[in-house]
Amino acid sequence: MRMLLIDRRAWQEGLKRAAGQYGLIGPVKEKEFHSFRPLKPGEMPDLAFQNSRLSPKHVVYPQTEPMFAYTLDEAREDRHLLKEVRREIPPRAVVGIRPCDAKAFVLVRLNFDTPDVQDPYWLRAYEATTFIGLGCNAPCSSCFCTTAGCGPFHEEGLDLLLADLGEAFAAKVLTPKGEAFARTAGWTAEAPAGAQSAFQERARAAEGRITSFVQTDHLKSIPVNDLYNAPFWEEVSFSCINCGTCTYSCPTCWCFDIQDETRGKSGVRLRLWDSCMYPLFTLHGSGHNPRGTKLHRVRQRFMHKLKYFVEKYDRGIQCVGCGRCVRLCPVNIDIRRVCNMMNGFAVSGEACAIP
Amino acid sequence: MRNPYQPYPVRIDAVTVETEDRNLKTFRFTFLDPGDEERFAYRAGQFAELSIAGKGEIPIGIASSPTEKGFVMFTVNKVGLVSSHLHTMRAGDVMGIRGPLGNWYPWERMEGKNVVIIGGGFAFTTLRSSIVYMLDPQNRGRFGEIHVIYGARTPGMLLYREELAAWERRDDIRMHITVDATNDPGWKYHVGFVPAITEKKAPPAGEDTFAIICGPPIMIKFTLPVLEKLGYPNDRIIMSLENRMKCGIGMCGRCNIGKEFVCKDGPVFTLEQLNRTPREY
Repeated sequence: MRMLLIDRRAWQEGLKRAAGQYGLIGPVKEKEFHSFRPLKPGEMPDLAFQNSRLSPKHVVYPQTEPMFAYTLDEAREDRHLLKEVRREIPPRAVVGIRPCDAKAFVLVRLNFDTPDVQDPYWLRAYEATTFIGLGCNAPCSSCFCTTAGCGPFHEEGLDLLLADLGEAFAAKVLTPKGEAFARTAGWTAEAPAGAQSAFQERARAAEGRITSFVQTDHLKSIPVNDLYNAPFWEEVSFSCINCGTCTYSCPTCWCFDIQDETRGKSGVRLRLWDSCMYPLFTLHGSGHNPRGTKLHRVRQRFMHKLKYFVEKYDRGIQCVGCGRCVRLCPVNIDIRRVCNMMNGFAVSGEACAIP
Repeated sequence: MRNPYQPYPVRIDAVTVETEDRNLKTFRFTFLDPGDEERFAYRAGQFAELSIAGKGEIPIGIASSPTEKGFVMFTVNKVGLVSSHLHTMRAGDVMGIRGPLGNWYPWERMEGKNVVIIGGGFAFTTLRSSIVYMLDPQNRGRFGEIHVIYGARTPGMLLYREELAAWERRDDIRMHITVDATNDPGWKYHVGFVPAITEKKAPPAGEDTFAIICGPPIMIKFTLPVLEKLGYPNDRIIMSLENRMKCGIGMCGRCNIGKEFVCKDGPVFTLEQLNRTPREY
């Protein structure tokens, strides 16, 4: 695998050059926090950040996205017919995305790109995007990526992976898309052996700085109804206020709603982020609600991420360990604790069975 | 890439008021592009999203049978925004249908077997589809005895009353129509709840008999123990579920029961499958 050396000057010039062919999206500090948004001409991504407060999932999957447009004007021949709104997405690159957030797209893709049906809105946006990752030299205390199928220098879902070596970046070229971006940016200098080993050293050191972990090895084998009926859900959900912060900040949460919005005689059918934390999410027209209590809803969130997903895809948990929900939950519900309770539930059951 | 959210444009061809409370109407649709009818090829038990621009979509079981050509038919209860608006629409109006969606009753497994259909209230729509499908001259020979136990609150709340009467007159299907109560002295059929009639009229259980059960939760709740008492094995009890849906293609995340999506992996499940999954329906 090719590794490039990009000094600070080449970095800035390269991004300026790439901006001619790619829409650049990067972390920018706005008020207190970093968020990913399109960079203005000449603007550089601000890489002095741990991670953005919200995940960059909106880059591929906007919170609100028009799917169709229609007219209700009875004088028009095409009244009441839905016409696809096709978002033209020129090639773009997310510069400075953290490896956890890039891996999250790989997991979300399992939902939107299935053998028999594909979501064209999500897929077109994903395929138009090049992901330039930035390894985490200093992970947060709430990061648990290394036991969540990811890591501070994890490569899955990235096209280029940068290590910040101080005076320069070492960049691992991971895919043809990454190769094409590097070429456009004019980054051609091969990294000398010293930089290559510095890259490895940063990655190793970063992994060593991860201090929180989850256990997931039993999740798949514990019978689903055992976990569903486990006694701890009452306690886990007790303090939840169903605010939905966990799902909105999560890079792997993909649930959505579809709503028609009409103004005058024309309107759009929108796709909007939704949340399993909300009672309306599952409310039947009859008034019946299969997940009518917050216990149901909190359990759904954790069971989906840590059990249903694990069983359905056999690709680990639907979590990359970014720690956002842990940091942002107003009542301190902690997925690491819940995951370990779930994973340990079988173990304690088995332990009981041994005389 | 085909857009799975794009409905086929259809025109309402006929609207029939089904029940005395006028809350249930049957809508017959024809496709604006005749080629869409073939693209919409479906099996009895599947559903579709009825799509009204400006209002939204609702998942509704297909009431017509794949053996009926030239139209598709849905019976809709007036409940929320979309269904209430649909009830104001008339023949000639244009809207959309997206589907067919979900799985279907296990027709291959049921081949050569007896089938008892147990329905209640307005959940009789895909059961009508199934009956019409099985009674089609091309298909009738592929099934054993067919029993139908169908109940509604009152005679005026039964769906498809003319067809019910026509099926009563046939000798290749055993109809057991019932109402919870009636003051009609001319009522010729049963009076009593579906579980009680099932206990008396359901064919004997066995490897060769399947029960398809579809109805309100309270009917299901009291009919399942009857079927179990009669000896119906759980993998011969077929149920069709409803949950709130948006996408209908297993992506939007709300209709799941455990890892199964009612919209994509269902709506048809055996009781054996349901016993293995959280019952969030």
